[in-house]
Amino acid sequence: MTKSELINLLAERFPQLVVKDAELSVKAILDAMTDNLATGERIEIRGFGSFSLNYRPPRLGRNPKTGSKVQVPAKHVPHFKAGKELRGRVDLSS
Amino acid sequence: MTLTKADLADLLFEQVGLNKREAKDMVEAFFEELRAALENGDSVKLSGFGNFELRQKAERPGRNPKTGEEIPISARRVVTFHASQKLKSKVEEHYASE
Repeated sequence: MTKSELINLLAERFPQLVVKDAELSVKAILDAMTDNLATGERIEIRGFGSFSLNYRPPRLGRNPKTGSKVQVPAKHVPHFKAGKELRGRVDLSS
Repeated sequence: MTLTKADLADLLFEQVGLNKREAKDMVEAFFEELRAALENGDSVKLSGFGNFELRQKAERPGRNPKTGEEIPISARRVVTFHASQKLKSKVEEHYASE
């Protein structure tokens, strides 16, 4: 499913709204989620999951081509943990 | 502060002009569509944000950490999230500027 397919599905669910409203809603939700994560804040969506940042400490890496050591700086990477409902619905064995 | 569904609904009320009821329902529907797609085995690709994908995990041996007893972890299907390059670089920019 892509963003435009999601917009169309939402537009169908809300026949009283115009497609533009669904489009703006999807954009507003994703922008807010992006901005929040980008400033180091968590996102917690009950029934779906939570997003947070994981810290990766600086480490000594190697250039795989030359074998020379390079300092890899510390960084923060986005992390998603699926919530209970999502986990249950996706897992076919449950 | 942690972003929640209530915060997102407030944003749709303020920025998009949905009424309070519609804003709350829209946020709920947004995440329900993602769940439904993933439940159907469909991956979700939200350009600029990231992709949600499904992975099939085989059964593997596990242990009860309390008792040390061996118990198999059953095969299962799980959701993984991969942040887009845009989201990753926005996060990096923020910490680089500190």
